[in-house]
Amino acid sequence: MLKPVDVLMVGVGGQGTILASKVLAAAARAAGYDVKMSEIHGMAQRGGSVVTQVRLGEKVHSPLISEGEADVILAFEQLEALRWLPYLKPGGTIIINNQRIYPVPVLAGAAEYPENIIGKIKERVTSVLVLDALQKAIECGNAKAANVVLLGALAKQLPIEEKIWREALAATVPPRFLEVNQKAFNEGARC
Amino acid sequence: MKELLSGNAAIARGAYEFGVTLAAGYPGTPSTEILENLARYEEVYCEWAPNEKVALEVGIGAAMAGARALVTMKHVGVNVAADPLFTAAYTGVNGGLVLVSADDPGMHSSQNEQDNRYYARFAKVAMLEPSDSQEAKDMVGLGLEISERFDIPVMLRITTRVAHSQSMVELGEPGPREIKPYTKDVKKNLMVPAFGRLRRVSLAERMARLAEYSETTPVNFIVRGDDNVGVITSGISYQFVREVLPGASVLKLGMTNPLPLQLIKQFASRVKSLYVVEELEPYLEEQIRMLGIKVTGKELFPVTGEFSQGLVRRKFVEAGVLPAPPQAQDNTAGLPQAPPRPPVLCPGCPHRGVFYTLRNLKLTVTGDIGCYTLGGLPPLEGIDSCVCMGASIGMAHGIDKAVPGLKGRTVAVIGDSTFLHSGITGLLNAVYNGSDTTVIILDNRTTAMTGHQDHPGTGRTLKGAGAPEVDLTMLCKALGVQRVEVVDPLDLARLKEVIKAETAAPGPSVIIARRPCALLKREPKPAVTVDREKCKGCKMCLKLSCPAISVTDNKSSVDANLCVGCNLCVQVCKTGAMKGGSADA
Ligand SMILES: Cc1ncc(C[n+]2csc(CCOP(=O)(O)OP(=O)(O)O)c2C)c(N)n1
Repeated sequence: MLKPVDVLMVGVGGQGTILASKVLAAAARAAGYDVKMSEIHGMAQRGGSVVTQVRLGEKVHSPLISEGEADVILAFEQLEALRWLPYLKPGGTIIINNQRIYPVPVLAGAAEYPENIIGKIKERVTSVLVLDALQKAIECGNAKAANVVLLGALAKQLPIEEKIWREALAATVPPRFLEVNQKAFNEGARC
Repeated sequence: MKELLSGNAAIARGAYEFGVTLAAGYPGTPSTEILENLARYEEVYCEWAPNEKVALEVGIGAAMAGARALVTMKHVGVNVAADPLFTAAYTGVNGGLVLVSADDPGMHSSQNEQDNRYYARFAKVAMLEPSDSQEAKDMVGLGLEISERFDIPVMLRITTRVAHSQSMVELGEPGPREIKPYTKDVKKNLMVPAFGRLRRVSLAERMARLAEYSETTPVNFIVRGDDNVGVITSGISYQFVREVLPGASVLKLGMTNPLPLQLIKQFASRVKSLYVVEELEPYLEEQIRMLGIKVTGKELFPVTGEFSQGLVRRKFVEAGVLPAPPQAQDNTAGLPQAPPRPPVLCPGCPHRGVFYTLRNLKLTVTGDIGCYTLGGLPPLEGIDSCVCMGASIGMAHGIDKAVPGLKGRTVAVIGDSTFLHSGITGLLNAVYNGSDTTVIILDNRTTAMTGHQDHPGTGRTLKGAGAPEVDLTMLCKALGVQRVEVVDPLDLARLKEVIKAETAAPGPSVIIARRPCALLKREPKPAVTVDREKCKGCKMCLKLSCPAISVTDNKSSVDANLCVGCNLCVQVCKTGAMKGGSADA
């Protein structure tokens, strides 16, 4: 009997959450899970917040994750980590990319980007993992691989073998970007 | 073999496996990816129609002549296609006809959340409702079968969470793509009153036979459990109910028009308390109540928005069906509010300059639907209204005729895809009835909002073939518009001049603001730079609502990673602090 796992991926349009969720779904399937995944398209490309819900288990019914249910939140951006925190289960883990992307109301001076988001989350959640995925991706040779750095960090939190992750990654990313992405995955897994 | 597919990809797969010869539709979230996926199968002919009414008529024609046909649209698209739908129920089909209606509870990307199950009842056609991708695929096949067996169009109603959720689907081999023989039959297909009356009677008979079928169809089934609590449900709500009440008895309705009334009665009589769990309207509940059955539905569950297992669980706790969960510690108390992250026009978007200018000129602007509707939000605030596709032109004309104070101060803005969808008749009306309206067509050469689909103005078809490009200037002139101007919306000075001239001029005018979508034709010019000495912190540039521009410590800066060098900010800056990266701007 496989223990159910609910993973919420949150970020900003264009950050590559979709590819990350694809790799996760492929790995989970290979590990024998039933998988359901839900994502909201539509305005995503226009810089809005994006969320992908991935649910794994022996048999999954609902494709959605409700408040207080996510075992892991993978936040591609600080403000989105704050926004979706209520979805974390008591005792769950939140992985935060420390990048900040200012929404237009903040750029326009109509709203403020909250101070010290990570500190405040740490005050309330025991299991918080913070990394600079963008910087690590740049070091690996491509800023676009930040999503895969985060995926590497996520992989360590889930009961799926590393070999399966690697195969899923190879099967999902285009061959010419595979090497960069493998490096990025290793970097994330080391965090 | 099993694959993880979205509901939309599964429907496309179903059309491929179950012998669909022709598919037509008009883009609209959450339906768009059905045809985008289906177009990849060489064996199936697919097309984007200019609007949903035409798409359905194309499908009706193909089905009448003996081919299996699939037609796709979002929920509001069915309003546009309603006219042919109602009479297609009379004529029936020859080859099977399935109409996919993709509803959007919660309005993730729509202007309303109408419940299209009522359309099936109103138009008297069969309706199937899948609750995951496997069912979505299977129901394409079942729908085609029902359509042919009962001589009726079938609506396949999905919602955002079925369309855009991925789950496992067993792939099958494609069956044959047969064309049934066509024989002329005017009593069936020529709906003049005399024949229409015959088909009306026939429709009542066909619906009666369908109601019998609904009692035994495998897609209406009972999950037998504890009979203290019984739940009747359909679509995605079924998944929430299974998750929240794994032990309850559930009547899952996969066919929601006509309903299996005997099966419902029988189910109701076996359970102690009966609930209906359905998103949006009390569609099932009303019909169950008409049977004299006592049931709890909308007094407990909301009539607005989307459901989730969280909501369904809370409601069953409220009803005393589930015990209250232990009070969880609220770890979010005292956290700062996260400011919203609304979608915005992209850096370099050609629509931006138009709304900046309209706002500046303080014009009343009737808007339409597309990416450009974002131009109505602060700080651009360049649009007064948005009702439905095509409404901008009729509304501007109505204002022009009714309210003298707004004459010459009202402008309609409409995208190229939307103009071709349902703007042409509005413009024809404005010309015919002597309007002084000015219409701005935002011609970004694509249907951007829904993910860049082609249309009759782009020169390409859904299958990737070349096509004639409609000439918008000639089209407007042919409708009788004498004054048609083409401008580059990134040239603010000329844009303003033309808008001023055309709103002042008597008679209808059309301004075509032409520049390809910034995502479509990526040829970024060097980023704008800011001379910090010259920047006075006046924040004029912020009025453009560009994600690349920010002001810190009273100085503007431009994010070189986001800026594509459209140079609008350079034109707006009064102190010459913004420096364009290229000479030709
Ligand atoms: C009847 C109907 N069909 C489809 C849609 C979905 N939809 C919204 S806007 C749009 C087209 C936008 O294209 P265009 O007018 O060219 O503007 P753009 O997004 O390119 O700026 C579509 C298909 C809808 N809202 N209503």
